[in-house]
Amino acid sequence: MFPDGYDKGQGERMAGGDRTPVIVGIGLSDAPIAPHLDGVGHHVQAMQRALDDCGLPKHEIDGYMGAGGGGPMVDDAVNMAEYLKIEHRWLDGTMVGGSSFEFHVQHAAAAIKDGLCDTVLCTYGSSLLTKSGRMLGSKGFHVPGQRVAGSSKWEAPYGNVLIGSYAMAAKRHMHEYGTRPEHLAQIAVDTRYHASLNPNAMYRNPITIDDVLDSKMIADPLHKLDCCVVSDGGGAFIMTTAERARDLKQSPVYVLGAAATSSHWTISQMEDFTTTAAAVAGPEAFRRAGLTPADVDVLHFYDSFTITALLMLEDLGFCKKGEGGPFVEDGKLRIGGSHPMNPDGGGLSSCHPGMRGIFLLVEAARQLRGQAGPFQVADANVAIACGSGGWLSCLGVVLLGNQAPA
Amino acid sequence: MTVNMDRRPLPEVADPITEEFFAGCARGELLVQECAGSECGHRQFYPRWCCTRCGGAVRWIVGSGRGTVHTYTVIRQNHAEPFRSELPFVVAMIELDEGPRMMSNVTDVDPETVTIGMPVEVHFAGSDDGSVTLPFFRPARSVSPGTGAP
Repeated sequence: MFPDGYDKGQGERMAGGDRTPVIVGIGLSDAPIAPHLDGVGHHVQAMQRALDDCGLPKHEIDGYMGAGGGGPMVDDAVNMAEYLKIEHRWLDGTMVGGSSFEFHVQHAAAAIKDGLCDTVLCTYGSSLLTKSGRMLGSKGFHVPGQRVAGSSKWEAPYGNVLIGSYAMAAKRHMHEYGTRPEHLAQIAVDTRYHASLNPNAMYRNPITIDDVLDSKMIADPLHKLDCCVVSDGGGAFIMTTAERARDLKQSPVYVLGAAATSSHWTISQMEDFTTTAAAVAGPEAFRRAGLTPADVDVLHFYDSFTITALLMLEDLGFCKKGEGGPFVEDGKLRIGGSHPMNPDGGGLSSCHPGMRGIFLLVEAARQLRGQAGPFQVADANVAIACGSGGWLSCLGVVLLGNQAPA
Repeated sequence: MTVNMDRRPLPEVADPITEEFFAGCARGELLVQECAGSECGHRQFYPRWCCTRCGGAVRWIVGSGRGTVHTYTVIRQNHAEPFRSELPFVVAMIELDEGPRMMSNVTDVDPETVTIGMPVEVHFAGSDDGSVTLPFFRPARSVSPGTGAP
């Protein structure tokens, strides 16, 4: 089962070394439009680029994690581990939607520390745009006349769409706190500015608040430009121990703290429409890292919709609950501002093939290495990645740094 | 929005809990679950085998069918029928007078006039084959306080 010369002893290969979990390799597949690749092709290309990035040979990978997303029995963890022929002794197929990869980092960090595995690969790939077009958010969840099982049976008859669930959170936030459509639009405007700096972003023409407010209303109060793009794309990252990272090509990115939890799955079970589970996972991740929001230099938030990012600013403690609207007004979120968010252009303007969580981690690592080129944030030493899966349901928070934890 | 049941996705009614709830709808009753434990008293929606607070057994109570809009959206783009033909329409979280919330549509209303806090009351519509009756809401004709049988 294992190649010649491969030591498969449990934890023996690096026993005694510094087992602090680090990200050493990152890769992105061709994006945002890649008609020459299918979903699995994106997985493979991203893996190849992550291996090249750090210089690890494939046979050293002894753990795999993935969330699939390309359909049952297509690219879920066990199928991809087989397809890629990863000779693993640790496997994680946690699938909680777009934040699955932040959940994976939490799990892998613990597994690496405990010696369950040494070097873990995570991949994701999707040809969503090429395969399905741009209608993900409003095509409806069910085929006409379908009988629906499970908890979504209590929602399916009423014609909600994906965007509608986030719209109900935004509507309630406006009602309770006076948040305005202009506040949400500012997030789209600042993110588009970042995309204008990224040659690989999907949409690069700068936009104004009026452009957002004048774009088609999809589900009140969310306009078309409050919504993420639909693209193709894939990503991969490789985690190992600080010990193994010493003679690899890239300087390591340390996992300083990670936490993840969910408050519901179906949107109608969300108890407080203005607060996500990041209000639980965030403080836990900061506590584990021994950091506070003031220590963070660059923010990578899952901006499926403008409201998603605004809720994260509040729930993670960058501002108080209800104050997210005024907080974003004065350019804080731009490169050069106090809280640069999604400098690559985010899901709102750059890349969103269905599950963006892996891009948050890859882009955060790139910033911490100082390799983000035209959209590099100066002095980026600590980054936060916050993923949201489902319908503001499953929140994973990862704190990363380019210095070893104290 | 008028309720068009043709081609509407319908719940699978294949378990005793779901069956009981929709049997209530067919009788014109909006059922809510309440914890059967003497000290818990928790009420919940959607219906389940157990109380989500204490894990104990639950019983059914007949709800008043009244509530208020907790939050809502106006759906202006849905590419699936029958919804596409009904645009724009209101999807809302209804906070029932009994406590729990449920998703539904607010019908018989100009979507532009819906507000958070708006009092609403249940009405029912049966599927074309008669197999399922669904609860919908419309603006309350008269607001009467309290709970209990309608």
